[in-house]
Amino acid sequence: MARLQLRINADLVDADAPDHWTLLEVLRYRLGLTGSKQGCDKGDCGACTVLVDGKPWLACLTLAASVQGRAITTIEGLLPAHRRAGGEGADPVQEAFDRCGALQCGFCQPGMMLSARALLNRCPQPTREQIRDALSGNLCRCTGYTQIFEAVESCVAEAVGAKPDLRSWEAQLAERRGKPVTP
Amino acid sequence: MLRLPKFELRTPTTLEQAIEWLEEAGPSALIVAGGTDLVPNMKHELFTPELVVSLAGIAELRGIRRDHDGALSIGAMTSLEEVAANELVRAQAPALAQACSLVAGPQLRSMGTLGGNVMLDTRCQWYNQTYFWRQALGFCMKKDGSLCHVVAGGKNCVAAASNDSAPALMTLGANLEFESAKGARETPIDELWLADGIRNKKLEHGEILTRIRVPPVGTGHRGAYGKLRDRGSIDFPLLGVAVRLDLDSAQRVEHADIVITALAAQPKRISKVVETLRGLEVESPEFASACETVAALAHKQCRPLPNIPGDHDYRREMVPVYVRRTLAAAAARSGPVHHV
Repeated sequence: MARLQLRINADLVDADAPDHWTLLEVLRYRLGLTGSKQGCDKGDCGACTVLVDGKPWLACLTLAASVQGRAITTIEGLLPAHRRAGGEGADPVQEAFDRCGALQCGFCQPGMMLSARALLNRCPQPTREQIRDALSGNLCRCTGYTQIFEAVESCVAEAVGAKPDLRSWEAQLAERRGKPVTP
Repeated sequence: MLRLPKFELRTPTTLEQAIEWLEEAGPSALIVAGGTDLVPNMKHELFTPELVVSLAGIAELRGIRRDHDGALSIGAMTSLEEVAANELVRAQAPALAQACSLVAGPQLRSMGTLGGNVMLDTRCQWYNQTYFWRQALGFCMKKDGSLCHVVAGGKNCVAAASNDSAPALMTLGANLEFESAKGARETPIDELWLADGIRNKKLEHGEILTRIRVPPVGTGHRGAYGKLRDRGSIDFPLLGVAVRLDLDSAQRVEHADIVITALAAQPKRISKVVETLRGLEVESPEFASACETVAALAHKQCRPLPNIPGDHDYRREMVPVYVRRTLAAAAARSGPVHHV
């Protein structure tokens, strides 16, 4: 058993955990931060994504002791960080996911939103291609991804002052095919 | 839920300390770099070390620089994401930058390191499974058993080298620098491999890969990497093709090299490539038809086995396709070749 000191969501926290525990186990079973989900537990699904020094990171493959001293952000830290920076409401990424209905069961959502947050921090106006790339390590079994990509685009649109385009994919497809858009 | 077996973790901040601890602990100790391969493997009880030494805290193992002789020197703990995005690497070793950009997914590229990818364990669909799964099958010769489920009656393990960076580094003639209690050693990456899926690297216990050196290239250097996989992200390669072309001032091929991975225990260099392409101008119809010949050569020389997921007949038919496309991408200074 070792005493770990971790920097999580701008707090310094102490946790006792054996050496072979992953960061995900420490977050969920020592600190009660259950927003980071345990999915495949072997690095395929991205449900456990957190940010380590701003980069998307899989907590299920991270030995907890090896990230001591590094800045860890979990989904629980997004809203407080946004408020500390003077913002209102939740983080714009969270607001956009809510606005666009970018979830069904919600299991992949914390990881999706953190991957999206990492992308927008390093590239504030990504193309659809860049959004797809940045979220390609997060699997979603429900939505088919369309609304998730739209949520990130909506978030960017809001940030640059454009009106977020919330049209459904059917409307967009119909427009592309030159057919009138039915309401 | 997959729990890790118990071990002691140490996080040294200097290379000397890491070497000392590894030497002290003997073969029951393992090195972990990014952990993206070793951690799931330990969860599957493929490795059950007593001591794990993390290299994450050793600053001297990170970073990319150009040495006095023009060679690129990449620290083994540099993340794959950093290698893929680095301007020096993209200019001097395009095949390596492209290969690193296609390893797994974004999270795994920010965690995983170039050194870790070079030193990756071989993979097999009968091996990279949980203990319960492997036990139900009676294990295999690579771990805990004696049979091979890929080749009936097979005497040698045929688990596949699955590192994307290795074939690219082989076309670039890279050298690997190791350090251990016995001192430093430098070896060409071509001489690292053994044709044995159980242990496909000539390596002694306690040796730590510290830097990867890529020799300088001429202005006519071209390189590209092509990767076949089921999904556009996350997956290991079903096939990885690294291409190198060196052109003279008249755009004619002076030197060429193709190395293919995810076939057997070691990456495979295709023979007679340079003989077929030498002297041809890259934009000529002769070059295009010679590329067809090279693709046919590769098809003849590569025989994928049912060792990794994905139909092996399909993987074989994709060999000439990916060779042709990756050659074209290298000639056109584009790439990587990736179907999604």
